[in-house]
Amino acid sequence: MSVGIVGYGAYVPRYRIKVEEIAAIWGKNPEDYKKGLKVAEKSVPGVDEDAATIAVQCARNALDMTGIDPQNIGAVYVGSESHPYAVKPTGTIVAEAINATPELTSADYEFACKAGTAAMQVCMALVKSDMIEYGLAVGADTSQGRPGDALEYTAAAGGAAFLIGKDPLVEIEHTCSFTTDTPDFWRREGQEYPRHGARFTGEPAYFRHVISATKLLLDKTGTSINDYDFVVFHQPNGKFPLKAGKRLGIPPEKMLPGLLVNKIGNTYSGATPLGLAAILDQAEKGDRILATSFGSGAGSDSFALKVLKKIENPHPVKKYIENKKYLNYGEYVKHRRKIKM
Amino acid sequence: MPHRKSLGLVWRRIPQRYRLMGTKCFTCGSHFFPPRPWCPKCRRKGKIEKHKMKGRGKIHSYTIVNVPQQGFDLEVPYILAIIELLEGPKLTAEITNTEPEHVSIGMPVKMVFRKISEDGDSGIIHYGYKFEPELKE
Repeated sequence: MSVGIVGYGAYVPRYRIKVEEIAAIWGKNPEDYKKGLKVAEKSVPGVDEDAATIAVQCARNALDMTGIDPQNIGAVYVGSESHPYAVKPTGTIVAEAINATPELTSADYEFACKAGTAAMQVCMALVKSDMIEYGLAVGADTSQGRPGDALEYTAAAGGAAFLIGKDPLVEIEHTCSFTTDTPDFWRREGQEYPRHGARFTGEPAYFRHVISATKLLLDKTGTSINDYDFVVFHQPNGKFPLKAGKRLGIPPEKMLPGLLVNKIGNTYSGATPLGLAAILDQAEKGDRILATSFGSGAGSDSFALKVLKKIENPHPVKKYIENKKYLNYGEYVKHRRKIKM
Repeated sequence: MPHRKSLGLVWRRIPQRYRLMGTKCFTCGSHFFPPRPWCPKCRRKGKIEKHKMKGRGKIHSYTIVNVPQQGFDLEVPYILAIIELLEGPKLTAEITNTEPEHVSIGMPVKMVFRKISEDGDSGIIHYGYKFEPELKE
């Protein structure tokens, strides 16, 4: 019996800020950032939203399309780098909100931007080993960049959830990972904002891990890029995923349906899951998808997926991307609680 | 530092705050939110059981809050409404994800899970229901 995605749900908060609005505050030329990062605007959470509320919305959307009794969910794992509590799981909040408690296991994951796909791998293993019937894996973030830092132009909010089980809509044919200790981006305990190695986040971090994990997956499955209809990579900006794709010989048209970063920014743990959800919204029975996440620190999880059934009744990602309200920088700092009161 | 709200009280209300868990009388079909332990119509003949509300309804009435109570300063102006649920009960909740000028009586709304308040920087975070306008697909 194959294991894979039986339902999925995504969510992007309604608020946006444009690159021009941020650049104007710091005396920078917005065109440099728009050209350099290939990002026009990013999503911003509402004042009453955090990684837990985003995770709940994603989980409810995933359940909505399945009709599965949440009491049959045996595991809830939430991956995020912006869990609302340092100690107290986000997973229990999500499990309670979707009525999956109390007979289940739960934990929070952290691995920079790839914690959501790590949660998918664990749910897949638990289902495959018959320890649980269904597992819920969520990647959700309300990421923060230090004011004035390059990260401020992209650090965004959003997420996606995948219900993993048997007899799936989308089979996970194979998954593998490529992981090393690479200090490209980090946030120390008690610190509000992360720090990063600027250009060091590129070659030794993003490109090495994404390309190696993808090649490893192709090797292990005996497939080539030509076997896949869609490809999604982690998208910290609009440039990196297409550049990695070019090196692997992936035509851009296979990547564009899952490339959301130019419209919503980098949603961190939500980024690869949201890109995958956007692809599933338009995928047809028989389509094959390759997905590779990246988390700083550093590692990549790669997935080979195949659509087995017609996907019906999703809450489309497009609906959330198109529903937007722009904020000025003052409103943005209020939303992100950067004003000391 | 003392807790602003009793942890026990917050914890007991999680089912109703997180997922609109109310009760239903299976004798007369009435729904109750917040949950009632007995049916005022059927009294001892009533058969009350837990029942999760669907989370959909319409705005019965609303007001705009410009002078907030402590802890709600970031949200001003915000919309506080009486929502009539599909099942019948009415409840008071904030309308989020929209602006006052887009709200009207009779507007269909849907329950969402949001942060309601926080016990300062180090206390617990209170989550619960708010409502938002139904998004067109």
